[in-house]
Amino acid sequence: MDRIVVNDIKKTFQLKPGQFVTVDGEATDRVTVLDGVYLAIRKGEFITLVGPSGSGKSVLLDIIGGLTQATSGGVQLDGRRISKPDPKTGYVFQQYALFPWRTALANIEYAQEVRGVAKSERTATARHLLSLFGLAGFEDRFPNQLSGGMQQRVAIARALASNPEVLLMDEPFAALDQQTRELLQGELLRIWGEIKTTVIFVTHSIDEAIFLADRVVVMTARPGTVKEIIDIDLPRPREGDIRASDAFNNHRARVWDVLRDEVNKAQKDWTLSPAFSH
Amino acid sequence: MAYLTEKFGPAGGFHPFAGAGEAVAAARVPAIKARAAAPRAKPSRRGASFGTFVYGLPLLGLFFLTWEIAPRLGWLNRIFFPPLSEVLVAWWELLASGVLVEHVGISLQRAAIGFALGVVVAIPLGLLMGRYSLFEKVSDLLVQTLRNTSQFALLPVFILLLGIGEESKVAITFYSSVFFLLVNTISGVKSVDPLLIKAARSMGTSDFDLFRKIILPASIPSIVAGARLGVKSSLFAVIGAEMLAAKSGLGFLIQNSQLMMETADMYAGILTLTVIGLVVNYLLVWFERWATAWKGQSESSLI
Repeated sequence: MDRIVVNDIKKTFQLKPGQFVTVDGEATDRVTVLDGVYLAIRKGEFITLVGPSGSGKSVLLDIIGGLTQATSGGVQLDGRRISKPDPKTGYVFQQYALFPWRTALANIEYAQEVRGVAKSERTATARHLLSLFGLAGFEDRFPNQLSGGMQQRVAIARALASNPEVLLMDEPFAALDQQTRELLQGELLRIWGEIKTTVIFVTHSIDEAIFLADRVVVMTARPGTVKEIIDIDLPRPREGDIRASDAFNNHRARVWDVLRDEVNKAQKDWTLSPAFSH
Repeated sequence: MAYLTEKFGPAGGFHPFAGAGEAVAAARVPAIKARAAAPRAKPSRRGASFGTFVYGLPLLGLFFLTWEIAPRLGWLNRIFFPPLSEVLVAWWELLASGVLVEHVGISLQRAAIGFALGVVVAIPLGLLMGRYSLFEKVSDLLVQTLRNTSQFALLPVFILLLGIGEESKVAITFYSSVFFLLVNTISGVKSVDPLLIKAARSMGTSDFDLFRKIILPASIPSIVAGARLGVKSSLFAVIGAEMLAAKSGLGFLIQNSQLMMETADMYAGILTLTVIGLVVNYLLVWFERWATAWKGQSESSLI
């Protein structure tokens, strides 16, 4: 059964008055970032989104999360149209986005706090999640007293606190060092294996995309559409050493093959990206 | 302030004369700067501050010593400038008779009421002005105009409008603090990391909760910095107002003692004011550190 249906999403950004960019040799103040994205995501599926810079991966995630409105087209979550952040959706950001004045525990409680869940219940949830991520004992630390990897664990725990059916992750491990990154990939898969939530995970790393995903969605260069969807039939549970297997290497070659042209196209487009990204 | 700390590190430590800088620069505290920082070793703040304090003592001692002996040796006119010991005796008598406590009490009350009104007005207004740019565009020019009008120039206006009583004193202390608070609140709101707002919205935060749970706490460092400036400004304004038009308060005591040529009492009043300023500043520094504890050691500026 499809949990999320993305139907012909288009997104055009209107630049600020006086701002112009050159697109295909013409000056314009409008930039099309997504140009007809179709995607059907099954319940409990782990999807990774890869694509060159500027292909609108993050924008697509924001639209699915209800944080940005599409210019046309729509997203349905369990048959209901998304127009604002849905309580069933959790969001994890690259820069953690923890509230620095709240302790780790209070950060995780936040999601339930704004939904009016009783104090005792949300504290219990938050403590459980912290221990799930191996952070028991760090309840009272402020974010800037935690390492990057710990902060991102807290951020993922916060996103999971409201027991979401969809978890949106925007390059969550991109700011971490390689070891921490692989550690967290493993932890994420372990926890996902327990809660079986639907995950859409944006990444720049082909290895990360393959290691995590049931299906890798490759986006085109701007304006972004879905170029190809690649099934990853690697057995689960996956351990780190799977990265060295022949099957993994074949997937890597395949994804890179699909992606290469788009990355080359995007290189020519690079002057554009600062104008509309974020 | 904040940018100085960034550049030079947390060298200051607690300093009893800290906080005299009038810049609103502390408003520009980058609230989320330390986001990606790993835990770091705490610098020895207490050690550094004690050193600073000790180094400062000889010069301060020399100043008091000069005050004591210069009038005795006839370098200064003893009538206008009594030795420190006589001033301290006068101070003790004022304290023992209850006169000093009464005057200080009324001054602090006026400053506190005016400042509290400033907080009540400036913070909600600043949150709105910082968040909604149209609101700020409309009101900014008026705020700038009022802000650059001296509160003492307006004292006659307050007296005309509110009478010679308490209301005009409260009005001037309010006026003295409200703009520090307002400007710093606006600046704090504007520097809230948009990512935090996005994260809050992704969790279904309502507009009201967004102000209460995200924008306000994220702006606290800037607001507290404004409050430090505002409290000082209120305190100094009430003294000035009492010198110009009052029958009570520390400012009146100082001014009246001068008129009566009771110069020892006058200096006793001035010293009292200095001590109050130091104590208030110390309390505010402590409060600022407490309110922004989450920012970590290296971020809280005491300069």
